[in-house]
Amino acid sequence: MNWLNQLSPLAQLILLSAAKVVGAIAVVMPIVAYAVYAERRIASFIQDRVGPNRVGPFGLLQPMADGLKLFLKEDFVPAHVRKVYFWLAPAIVMIPSLVTLAVIPFGSQLGHEKMVIADLNVGILYTFGIVSLGVYGIVLAGYAANSKYPFLGGLRSSAQMISYEVAMGMSVIPVFLIIGDLNLSAVVSHQAEHGWLVCYAPVSFGIFLAAAFAETNRLPFDLPEAEQELAGGYNIEYSSMKFGLFFMGEYANMVAASAMMVTLFFGGWTLPVAGLDRPATTLALGLAQIAIFVAKLLVFMGLFIWVRWMWPRFRYDQLMDLGWKRFVPLALANIVVTALVLWWRA
Amino acid sequence: MIPDLAFYLLAALTLLCGFLVVANPLSRNPVTSAMFLVLTIASLAGLFVLLRAFFLAAVQVLVYAGAVMVLFLFVIMLLDLGAEERRAIKRLGLLAGGVSVAALAVLVRTAIHESPRALPPAGPPLEGATGSLGELLFRQYLLPFEIVSVLLLVAMVGVILLSKKDLK
Repeated sequence: MNWLNQLSPLAQLILLSAAKVVGAIAVVMPIVAYAVYAERRIASFIQDRVGPNRVGPFGLLQPMADGLKLFLKEDFVPAHVRKVYFWLAPAIVMIPSLVTLAVIPFGSQLGHEKMVIADLNVGILYTFGIVSLGVYGIVLAGYAANSKYPFLGGLRSSAQMISYEVAMGMSVIPVFLIIGDLNLSAVVSHQAEHGWLVCYAPVSFGIFLAAAFAETNRLPFDLPEAEQELAGGYNIEYSSMKFGLFFMGEYANMVAASAMMVTLFFGGWTLPVAGLDRPATTLALGLAQIAIFVAKLLVFMGLFIWVRWMWPRFRYDQLMDLGWKRFVPLALANIVVTALVLWWRA
Repeated sequence: MIPDLAFYLLAALTLLCGFLVVANPLSRNPVTSAMFLVLTIASLAGLFVLLRAFFLAAVQVLVYAGAVMVLFLFVIMLLDLGAEERRAIKRLGLLAGGVSVAALAVLVRTAIHESPRALPPAGPPLEGATGSLGELLFRQYLLPFEIVSVLLLVAMVGVILLSKKDLK
């Protein structure tokens, strides 16, 4: 570590940030790949099938086979598409979900280095800003395809995602009323002291969870790609790795949403036992806390998958009703009640 | 050195994208214009970051790029884009636009000219300014803030009134 201390502060910052980015991607991408595998295995378990079990032991090498298949398939570009947007859209779906992870504290510290890529003071606003950009990918995909079903899927998704962003944004306001800070590291340390926020703001968590399902286009809110009505929705015209990016984008979005929920409501990298709720002093403890964070994240990934195979899809008007007429007023009332309680106690 | 470089880069990007929003020589497609407006907003957010106004930058992206422009795109897609692409530029529109830009330029120039050259020493660092921004907004500037909100509400009511042919 001696050579590291001899570098200038800027070089150190760049080097350490790069290391953390590489580390985070190296953890997230396998989670994305294996979430697809888990999805297929859990789906087949729920539907009393066997599922993919041929490639490697228990089918564990299936993600590699799928990835190889997507890479080697012909990347077909239909003649009627708008080329620039057709190329741009898959990337725009994938990027925001990865960029969101930059402000999530995924561990306390290793050595003296805090385990968060960018410890922004407006962390949560940054996250919402980036997440709100994700909708462009799907809208542009629908527009670029220049045919009916993708277009309908794109329109549906933009309406859906905007609606639920409103509810999602409002649902977290009570959390920040309680904590009094927008920094996600502060959220975690507050929870380490006072207990997990899901106990203080259960309504917030409920709305956030439902909105997270809508934002990631997962069942019961997967209308943008409703197979039966839209034949796949915004991604019909895509093939090969461009389709693969949409597919991975959905799972990367789930990872980002799970990470947000763990950080906001379930104590982040902390566990209220054995001193795991304090910043780590040893390397082993630091790694254990990262493992705790990843474990909590995987629980939420499991929830996402489980719900998909247990619930039917909402009708479009039901979806809009739920978003605007139930969640938004409920979130508003939640803000007022939380503020009143805090005011009364202060 | 690096902040200067970033400033010129972002400023150039803002101006270039802003220009491409209104006068794109390659495409008359409104969707393309809207996407360039998103880029303009994003580069503006970058300028705010350089000023260490992170809250403003985040809100800029969240509100304008994330919400307003998505709605824009949503509406544009529902229109007949072919007609829009074929439409010729009107002389009168050009004239009105030119006059507005000139008036705005005079306004901005006067504002810069009138403002004190040497800025007073900044108080607390802007970095954690969300709290102090709220204090200012809800204490010192409460009345203007409320008036702006009412203005937005009026605009919304007006839109509903205009778009609904038969009010029940």
